[in-house]
Amino acid sequence: MFEGWDAVVLARAQFAFTMSFHIVFPAFSIGLASYLAVLEALWLWTGREVFINLFNYWLKIFAVAFGMGVVSGIVMSYQFGTNWAVFADRTGPVIGPLMAYEVLTAFFLEAGFLGVMLFGLKRVGPRLHFLATLMVAIGTLISAFWILSANSWMQTPTGYSVNAAGQYVAADWLTVIFNPSFPYRLVHMVLAAYLTTAFLVGAVGAFHLLRDPHQAGARVMFSMAMWMATIVAPIQILAGDQHGLNTLEHQPVKIMAMEGHFESHKDGAPLYLFGWPNEAAGKLEYAVGIPKLGSLILKHSPDAPMAGLDTVPRENWPPVVFPFWSFRIMVGMGLLMAGLGLLSLLMRIRGKLYDSRLLHWFAVAMAPSGFIAVLAGWVTTETGRQPYLVYGLLRTADSASPLAAPAVASSLIAFVIVYFAVYAAGVTYLLRLMAAAPHHGEEGPSKDAPARAAGITPAAGAVSGAIR
Amino acid sequence: MSFAVDLAIVWAFIIAFAVFVYVVMDGFDLGLGILFPLFPKKEDRDVIMNSVAPVWDGNETWLVLGGGGMMAAFPLAYSVLMPALYTPIIAMLLGLIFRGVAFEFRWRTTKERNKWDIAFAGGSLLASLAQGIALGAILQGIHVEGRHYAGGWWDWLTPFSILTGVALVIGYALLGATWLVMKTEGELRDRAYGLSWALLFAMLGAIGAVSIATPFLHVQYTQRWFAWPNIIFTAPVPIAVAAVTVLLLRGLARKHDHQPFFLSLALFALSYAGLGISMYPYIVPQSITIWQAASPENSQIFMLVGVSVLVPLILAYTAWAYYVFRGKVRPESGYH
Repeated sequence: MFEGWDAVVLARAQFAFTMSFHIVFPAFSIGLASYLAVLEALWLWTGREVFINLFNYWLKIFAVAFGMGVVSGIVMSYQFGTNWAVFADRTGPVIGPLMAYEVLTAFFLEAGFLGVMLFGLKRVGPRLHFLATLMVAIGTLISAFWILSANSWMQTPTGYSVNAAGQYVAADWLTVIFNPSFPYRLVHMVLAAYLTTAFLVGAVGAFHLLRDPHQAGARVMFSMAMWMATIVAPIQILAGDQHGLNTLEHQPVKIMAMEGHFESHKDGAPLYLFGWPNEAAGKLEYAVGIPKLGSLILKHSPDAPMAGLDTVPRENWPPVVFPFWSFRIMVGMGLLMAGLGLLSLLMRIRGKLYDSRLLHWFAVAMAPSGFIAVLAGWVTTETGRQPYLVYGLLRTADSASPLAAPAVASSLIAFVIVYFAVYAAGVTYLLRLMAAAPHHGEEGPSKDAPARAAGITPAAGAVSGAIR
Repeated sequence: MSFAVDLAIVWAFIIAFAVFVYVVMDGFDLGLGILFPLFPKKEDRDVIMNSVAPVWDGNETWLVLGGGGMMAAFPLAYSVLMPALYTPIIAMLLGLIFRGVAFEFRWRTTKERNKWDIAFAGGSLLASLAQGIALGAILQGIHVEGRHYAGGWWDWLTPFSILTGVALVIGYALLGATWLVMKTEGELRDRAYGLSWALLFAMLGAIGAVSIATPFLHVQYTQRWFAWPNIIFTAPVPIAVAAVTVLLLRGLARKHDHQPFFLSLALFALSYAGLGISMYPYIVPQSITIWQAASPENSQIFMLVGVSVLVPLILAYTAWAYYVFRGKVRPESGYH
């Protein structure tokens, strides 16, 4: 079986599949860890019970999501070797240390303090516990730093030389780490993680407000999430635009594919809104575009000339349909997010934030928007840099392990079956946790923690609690 | 150049250390999964799970450090070993998924708890067996041509690798049983004692079988252990194994709390040292030495800076986490 299959295509399918399942969990837990730190800080500061209830409520959800992220992440760290051995050998001296630093500075920090964060409130007291929460949150951000540096180096490699064995070797570590696309990608991804969490939190809040507009926890979380939507979604659009300009400078072919620019435009390129990329014919069919807007956005001048894929040898084309469509899905989600943020601001000013059923339904519908945008964004950037794994240096087709197709096909099938079974269950449990409203005396994952927050209300809380 | 040689040895020790810490920390934790079917009562299972729930995640991070560190410090070895061990590695990853998610999932459902208990036990067993098989497959040698693995995808499967697989399962189960002796009370602790006895004898049998079989794999292993003057340096290993065994039997007989667990770890350490003696200076036995596989000097130095600062720090806060959750786990004080 599978003898006639292409082992490289199967390996790519396996990586795309396992990565897509993995990425949604870190994207969510980066944002949620920070949110938990904010909730606990607010609890310590104000002593209001609603904050510890919300903290415990989201902590249970965090525990499930984080566990799923960890186990699917171990898969990724071994897959570089099992399926992409040539890549591992050639880039190991550069990429390897970045990932080793991720493990040393981030994974251990998260894992080391996670136990205390989940189960240790009563054992270590509120202040040390807050430190643990903070360490976990910082750990998720450090992790994003290193892994995005490694990914960005593969997109825009700098600061390297090649040794006799054909391996890429760092010539200057700072130039490797802070490669040209890294700062843009880091900002864009961390904001995306925050928005992903904000829109899920907002949707859960809205869901419970639809049932009971006076639900205390739901009001607080909905309001907090909508502030994020109002402020961060527009910032993210700006950050995305800057990231796009950076891509134009360093990976122009990716932009051509994202924009559907098969042909070059001497005096101003249009912005295609929709269309169907026909790679064989080398043109965008059924194109709907706005003349000159493409040049205006990308070059800040309506008449600026823009080269198209017709200037690039065909063997260096990415699979245009993927970056073209995934980019539009991502941008569409971004605009909807900003729209919800704006609507919520309007309702907030009118004093109807907790009463507008339209707003709440909109927010509930936007629950998966962050996840969709993150996945679409990654599809854009990863398929857009094809046919290279290390941009301009190492082709994907030349990077795979010397494995027989049946081996890769079997593992792919095993991953598909296991992931669907495990993740279906996990998502069911997560939805079940979110379907219950946060309530008075909410318990964390630990029975060890007191049933009532009042039992360990911090000193500051005792004071402000009296005047609340 | 002599500096580069030193670095390769330093890194061989660092990777070996990371893998050993992984074996020590995740070993008992996987062992609990292997023993799970022997404890059918829900209350017992809750206690067993809670005894590692706060720390399992950190334990598995050492596995990521072992893998990631190897890619960074010995990329050639990583890129040869991973495809050679394709099936056991994938099996291990799938096993770790099942047991990892079970830690949280089993508390989120009553109806399906049994299903996740099976996932925890089965996943732990599969991951342990796969790790042991991978070890055996490495020891028996890997077919390398140029910079690539050149064998098939079933080369790893031999009677020897099955033997090492079973041996590791037994070893992890012993660590799990002695961990329970340390962390639990009453009837559960008594049963763990009984199991510790049985598993200790099984473990000794396994160590003996692997020790006898290994010299037959390659003449180099025989020379390493038995040729003069090597034997002066290798003989203390089996002698120390005998000494630790005596102490362990005494500790079990006297129903000590902590001794059986830490002495079982000592048995692991000695077996591990034995493996190191057999393999050195190869990282892929008989094909690739640590110097051939080593990353360029500047990669190894760059990481060495981080390792020397961060690993002590990691060990310190990991120790703190264990300290926070010290003592016996009681059913009523379950973390969940």
